[in-house]
Amino acid sequence: MASLSSFKTLRLDGVGRDFGTMNALKDLTLEVRRGEFIALLGPSGCGKSTALNCIAGLLPTTRGSIYLDDRRIDTLPTEDRGFGMVFQNYALFPHMTVRANIGFGLKMRGVPKAEAEPRVEQAIRTVRLETQAHKLPGQLSGGQQQRVAIARAIAVDPPLVLMDEPLSNLDAKLRLEMRQEIRRIHQSLGCITIYVTHDQDEALSLADRIVVLRDGMIRQVGTPEDLYARPEHLDVAEFMGFRNRITGRVTSRDGDRVSLAVGGTTLDGTMRHDVAGETAVAAIRPDDLVPVAADAHGIDAVVEAIEYRGRDFFGSARASGGEELFFRADRRVNPGEAIRLGAEASAVLVYPGE
Amino acid sequence: MADASIPLRTRLAAKGLDGVTLLALPAALFLIALFIYPFGYGLWLSFRPKDGSLFGNYVKFFSDPFLYETIGTTLKLALPVTLMNLLFAVPVAFRVRLMKNQRLLTTILVLPITLGTVLVAEGMLNYFGPQGWFIRTLVTFGIAEPGQIKLVNNYWGVFISLVITGFPFTFLLTLSYVTGIDPALEQAAATLGARAAARFRTIYLPLLAPGLAITFCLSFVQAYSVLPSAVLLGAPAGPTRVISIAAYQAAFEQYDRPMASAIAMIMGFVQLAVVVAALSMRNLFYRGPAAGAKG
Repeated sequence: MASLSSFKTLRLDGVGRDFGTMNALKDLTLEVRRGEFIALLGPSGCGKSTALNCIAGLLPTTRGSIYLDDRRIDTLPTEDRGFGMVFQNYALFPHMTVRANIGFGLKMRGVPKAEAEPRVEQAIRTVRLETQAHKLPGQLSGGQQQRVAIARAIAVDPPLVLMDEPLSNLDAKLRLEMRQEIRRIHQSLGCITIYVTHDQDEALSLADRIVVLRDGMIRQVGTPEDLYARPEHLDVAEFMGFRNRITGRVTSRDGDRVSLAVGGTTLDGTMRHDVAGETAVAAIRPDDLVPVAADAHGIDAVVEAIEYRGRDFFGSARASGGEELFFRADRRVNPGEAIRLGAEASAVLVYPGE
Repeated sequence: MADASIPLRTRLAAKGLDGVTLLALPAALFLIALFIYPFGYGLWLSFRPKDGSLFGNYVKFFSDPFLYETIGTTLKLALPVTLMNLLFAVPVAFRVRLMKNQRLLTTILVLPITLGTVLVAEGMLNYFGPQGWFIRTLVTFGIAEPGQIKLVNNYWGVFISLVITGFPFTFLLTLSYVTGIDPALEQAAATLGARAAARFRTIYLPLLAPGLAITFCLSFVQAYSVLPSAVLLGAPAGPTRVISIAAYQAAFEQYDRPMASAIAMIMGFVQLAVVVAALSMRNLFYRGPAAGAKG
């Protein structure tokens, strides 16, 4: 075990998993350094939970191998891997007190009581549950149960903590609180955390690096800043909040600048990849798309709905080409009003058309 | 001044009595007519023995070894059978839980329930009888001498028949308890370093125990009231003279209904004692929902 806690990297090498004829996970290759917080991000069915279960040993891999430094671990049964895991539904043992739940891992590892007790108390303090330690999980709120699940996973001092959408069952306010808590706990442990989520906000705010998965394949790996500003593919862009996608015809190229003809108007953008074909798709965040002067470059649209957000307005409009657009406005525009919507060329990402 | 009192109907509804309560009426009538009244009548009848005393029947029962020994005889059959069914059912249920063709296997396992005890007895007499396939096969392969193994018309005949007819029932109940436990609990235990045996001991067993106690009670009560197979497959004059045979003889051979009632009451009391013992053990265990989280 001593060799495990002093490891430096986790390496996934071409890990794949099939369910019958379906490839749930294809060729997942990734190297994670000690201390990193990795988010596996993707829509449901993208293979992110499958990947996590393969690392945990709850699912056997069909292909590939997993290493901690030079030690191959994908051939070990779950109980010998020594990873901490936080389940989506917490999976607390309902018949054991909070303290017994948290102490379970140490007990199973045969840690002597005298040594285990202070470690359990430490874990209870870490998740701030001192006053609840004698209760059964059923007597706790969702957020408290979540903390127990985290404490149980970290009490054994694992080299790797795996979290499977741990916040999805909590309400919005608690989710924000727990997010900070998880980040704090991760930093205090210095282990690797692999965190599965479908919520890009969660991934952006928690992770050191984000792995975006789709259809069982890695689409992009990068820092949150990277992913947010420079999504590699259109589907990653959509996942990162580029809700508006407009198809147009390429009219001119200059370096990475490109102009698209959309309906009867022109939209300027930045190429993410070399757009070779005639058609291209522009992706724009609602916050970057604003009403512009009638003679500026942009898209003509008719306002459909508008809502006041406090600082500004958030609206939806129908473009002349039929696409639904979401935009931000500093002043109130009215439903039915014809406006031109535009954005800075750097905020318009252009991808090859389908 | 406005009437501040709350209408009776609202007050009753607050205590859970409203129109819907009436839906329980047919079941209540049914229970009274077919259970409570006959039970009360039987109890009353058992204290009206032919000799005119109050406890005559009970005194007679407990002073005649031919009668009181039926309690032990029946327990000797019912307890091991029930425990054995339970011990079988748990591993089978654990395996079936993971199977894809669960329904097919469940159907096969449950088939004996639909056959009825008499048909099972008939089949067993043919199959396990002295000239049946089973014994003949054993003899052919030299595993047993003719007449060495006897599987019907004795204790084992009744035992096997009770296992065959009781197992599906025990199994179905057990399966529902086993599948009611969130598999994530076992996975969580595995990630925490618990091996299979430890996972069963620390997670499954404590969570299953209350359900297994209920299953034990229901299976036991069924086995304890055995009659047809004890007569057809057992030795009803000796080793399998179970308590229901004694009751049957009192009622329909000696036409002593009060005595039969007394035996039935004693039978009921023994069953109750075992059930209470099993259920009070249940209280030693956790009895909440067997899931890892709320809702």
